[in-house]
Amino acid sequence: MRELTYREAVREALREEMKRDPKVFLMGEEIAEYGGSYKVTQGLVEEFGKERVRNTPLAEAAIAGAALGASLVGMRPVAEIMYIDFSFIAADQIINQIAKLRYMTGGMVKVPVVIRTQGGGGVAAGPHHSQSLEAIYAHIPGLYVVMPSNAYDAKGLLKSSIREDNPVIFIEHKKLYGESCPVPEDDYVVPLGKGDIKREGTDISVITYSRCVNFSLAAAEELAKEGISLEVVDIRTIKPLDEEIILKSVQKTSKALVVYEACRTAGFGAEIAATIAEKAFDHLDAPVTRVAAKDSPISFNPRQEDYILPNPQKIAAAARELMGK
Amino acid sequence: MPEIDAATLKKIYTNMVKIRFFEERAISEYRKGLPGFVHPSIGQEAIPSGVCAFLRDDDYIITTHRGHGDIIAKGAQLDRMMAELFARKTGYCKGKGGSMHIADVSRNILGATGIVGDGIPIAAGVGAAIKMLGTDQVMVAFFGDGATNSGAFHEGMGLAAAWCLPVLFFCENNLYQQSTPFSDYCRLTDIADRAKAHGIPGLTVDGNDAIAVAEVARETIAKLRQGEGPILVVGNTYRTVGHHMGDPGTSYRSKEEVEEWKKKDPIQRLRKTMVQNKMATDADLDKIEQDVLKELDEAVKYAQESPEPAPEEAMEDIYA
Repeated sequence: MRELTYREAVREALREEMKRDPKVFLMGEEIAEYGGSYKVTQGLVEEFGKERVRNTPLAEAAIAGAALGASLVGMRPVAEIMYIDFSFIAADQIINQIAKLRYMTGGMVKVPVVIRTQGGGGVAAGPHHSQSLEAIYAHIPGLYVVMPSNAYDAKGLLKSSIREDNPVIFIEHKKLYGESCPVPEDDYVVPLGKGDIKREGTDISVITYSRCVNFSLAAAEELAKEGISLEVVDIRTIKPLDEEIILKSVQKTSKALVVYEACRTAGFGAEIAATIAEKAFDHLDAPVTRVAAKDSPISFNPRQEDYILPNPQKIAAAARELMGK
Repeated sequence: MPEIDAATLKKIYTNMVKIRFFEERAISEYRKGLPGFVHPSIGQEAIPSGVCAFLRDDDYIITTHRGHGDIIAKGAQLDRMMAELFARKTGYCKGKGGSMHIADVSRNILGATGIVGDGIPIAAGVGAAIKMLGTDQVMVAFFGDGATNSGAFHEGMGLAAAWCLPVLFFCENNLYQQSTPFSDYCRLTDIADRAKAHGIPGLTVDGNDAIAVAEVARETIAKLRQGEGPILVVGNTYRTVGHHMGDPGTSYRSKEEVEEWKKKDPIQRLRKTMVQNKMATDADLDKIEQDVLKELDEAVKYAQESPEPAPEEAMEDIYA
């Protein structure tokens, strides 16, 4: 099977959905001729024209609000917020309007909005371009929150998101754009709300998502040499959470390690840990353990950034400790 | 002789009376114990009635927490509005939105926002969709003077201007941002000048003169349909009651000021013009008022007799 990068897979999902449905259009900063800050939308304006690939003013509240308005009257906007860090400017529209409009009108409206953005560290981008903010949006009833870890999932999940009649916050990871994996050419979707076992194992369930899936897989490879078997569970959709796949895995391994790139305190991993503690307590042989970023802004200094963020070595060390080794 | 025909003026008069009586009734029902709060627009009725007289059924509006008037003028049903104020299952939002969030998508009333200014970018998006879909519909965003200080106002208007969208930005300038007079928070003397920052026309109209509002609305809406791009219109008006039920409206403005504005009552003013120009008789207009009062009695009865939603229905319409 051919391989695509994560960037190409996102682009292909956009292209296919725009071809399938003339109501789908893109809007965001620098997404047309420039191709987007991370070149995800490169070539799409040439193919679909400026009406459907719309550069916006540098005005995130307008981007999110206008996406909502267009969705109310029959369009299916995919709005790009260049960095999730910038989404706070749009957060009022996202949290107070997009997430709530269907509810507060008693179900009168559909809100088929996708907000595409990207987050995460690893490129020395400093405190305003490196955050992992999924927990903010997962906290708000009325938003799907999706975080794919590879090209296959990125394409299938984005297609599902665009076809969904309710709003989706689709969070890509800047360090994954260049990563490749096999992606079929046919029209497939990955359903929202369904996790995926990325590696089967028997000793510890590693519950994770986004770039930390790769880190966890690398740690699993390393630990296999030491006779420790990790099962890597990629939740893929943060909200709604696939509790079943998590609980089933923990019931099998009896140990849970939750890995996430966001700051430890009140990160989404805390919600996963609480869910395991509430619903699989009798199956646990050890306390649920977390590997997350330190509670710090993301420093520009690359060695400090490494110090703050999770990596395979930190995951492996936590796993060894959990095994009493 | 006004340039607006008698039938249209009657429609405007009827809507103004509907708004006034609906809100007076809402206030009296709140005093009897309805939950939450209500932000009346008493004194401001000429603007929505004049503007909506020139909107088609397929045109869109979006409004604010002080939005009953705009919603009524676009044709919403008083009974379902009243049921929403009563938090009943038959209310427009099944009791989940309340006074500040009434919508009626079947009449292209896209809702009301409790966050001041937030409707403006949403209106720009509706305008973009209209343009992409290639129709000649128009979008009207109603908001107050306070909203013109928000980032959302400038972001939304900027986008609509850049994309040349069919959006009428109508500022219902009641002179106070809740309790703060415009001069305390802005160095401009005319809000319409804010349009200059975005390269679009900005007009000012006497918002208590229904005929003047209607004439501006007719002209601007026609321009929007021809694709000339967004326009800001500021209607200067006055809320003769408090900000909401808990505010007597007396701590930040003098009794004399309020009394002066009550003399400029837009309903009495239109009545006088219509009667003087023989476009209606006092008896015709009295009849309109009696009919509206009857409709309101029925609306209140409908609300009172409607069932409350069950507590667990709170979890309906949640998907993630």
